[in-house]
Amino acid sequence: MSDDKSLLSRRNALKCMAYGGAGTLFVLSAGVFTPIDLAMAGTDKQGAAGLGKPLFVQISDTHIGFNKDANPDVNRTLTQTIDLVNGMAEQPALIIHTGDITHLSKPAEFDLAQQLLSRLRTTEIHTVPGEHDTADATVTEYFNRFGQASGNRGYYSFDHAGVHFIALINVLQFKPGGLGTLGVDQLAWVEADLKGRSASTPIVVFAHMPLWTIYEPWGWGTGDAELLMDRLRRFGSVTVLNGHIHQIVQKVEGSVTFHTARSTAYPQPMAGVGAGTGPLKVPADQLSAMLGVTSVSEVRHSRSLILNDTTIARS
Amino acid sequence: MTRPYYRLWLTAVSGASLWLIATLWFGAVTRSHAEAAGSTRITMKDFMFSPVPLTVHAGSTVTWTNLDAEPHTAVSDTGLFRSGAMDTNESFSFKFDKPGAYRFICSIHPRMVGTIIVQ
Repeated sequence: MSDDKSLLSRRNALKCMAYGGAGTLFVLSAGVFTPIDLAMAGTDKQGAAGLGKPLFVQISDTHIGFNKDANPDVNRTLTQTIDLVNGMAEQPALIIHTGDITHLSKPAEFDLAQQLLSRLRTTEIHTVPGEHDTADATVTEYFNRFGQASGNRGYYSFDHAGVHFIALINVLQFKPGGLGTLGVDQLAWVEADLKGRSASTPIVVFAHMPLWTIYEPWGWGTGDAELLMDRLRRFGSVTVLNGHIHQIVQKVEGSVTFHTARSTAYPQPMAGVGAGTGPLKVPADQLSAMLGVTSVSEVRHSRSLILNDTTIARS
Repeated sequence: MTRPYYRLWLTAVSGASLWLIATLWFGAVTRSHAEAAGSTRITMKDFMFSPVPLTVHAGSTVTWTNLDAEPHTAVSDTGLFRSGAMDTNESFSFKFDKPGAYRFICSIHPRMVGTIIVQ
């Protein structure tokens, strides 16, 4: 953090988060996301007033149980993240966790994660599993705790404030080579779930692995995601949220905005940089600026969503 | 003039032979030892299974050991076996009773693939 930023009061920092934060703010206008310069967004009072109540916050890749060099204390950084969310002037209606809740799928890790997450003031939390959550021999630990919403299938949908949320699982059925898979059953379910829904309904889709190919050699994508997109393109506002790669990557394609979230545990290298995926060791004073959450607000009148990423770096 | 050269040559030959015999013997011992110890072991290091493919006799128990800082798994593509997450230096074993080719991946890093051939 620079000296200038360190002078920001907590209130100002939160205002920054709510109205701009670190990163680029995207505003959806007539089905097209338009990047707005943060400095402008922060000073544009009229625009800021229209941003509305935060709809939900996305937390991802908490990796409870990880204890290697890249972050020996992932409990602390998750706690910092929770403090950040709890400190928001207006609490989000719900929390979405896009997977890798734990590092090794151990019961004690899930228990600790649930204990830590229970400190969130927002109690409604929706999850999807990451491949680190389904790494137990019987693939039951995640489903024993979070399977109820989906009848243990891993995919489900719900509605909130007129927005339709679709939770998908793409970390089972791996094929050699490495991309995630949705599978025919899940795709058929999505088709049925969307049938008859008005094209003006804002859609939020979330899954652990990216639902678009970011970097195939590292498996950063989902092999049959294009079949999913075929079913989503008729909607005027589609927001696709993922985790897995521990960094923000965004893409806008027509009315569909793709966005991957930061981890609260440790960063990973940029696609194709270095030998491969895995925890990226950065100097300790840089770590918190690489960890964070995504908050999503709704502009009520235009029925569109605004994404905003915030790191847990403190002044 | 010939004798010393002949003697030197003899000495050289016998020395070389001894060296050769010793090398072969030690080599054989080392190799058979390696085969016995390595024949049922697979390590996971630098996001790779090694050695793969691995050939074993029916009835052998294969042990996977993770030497990476990242966790790995060994998951059969047919569902025959599935390890839990192996953290650094943790292992998983499975006994192969029937001949065949058994493919497996790491479910956390599915780029990691391997085959065990059971004879």
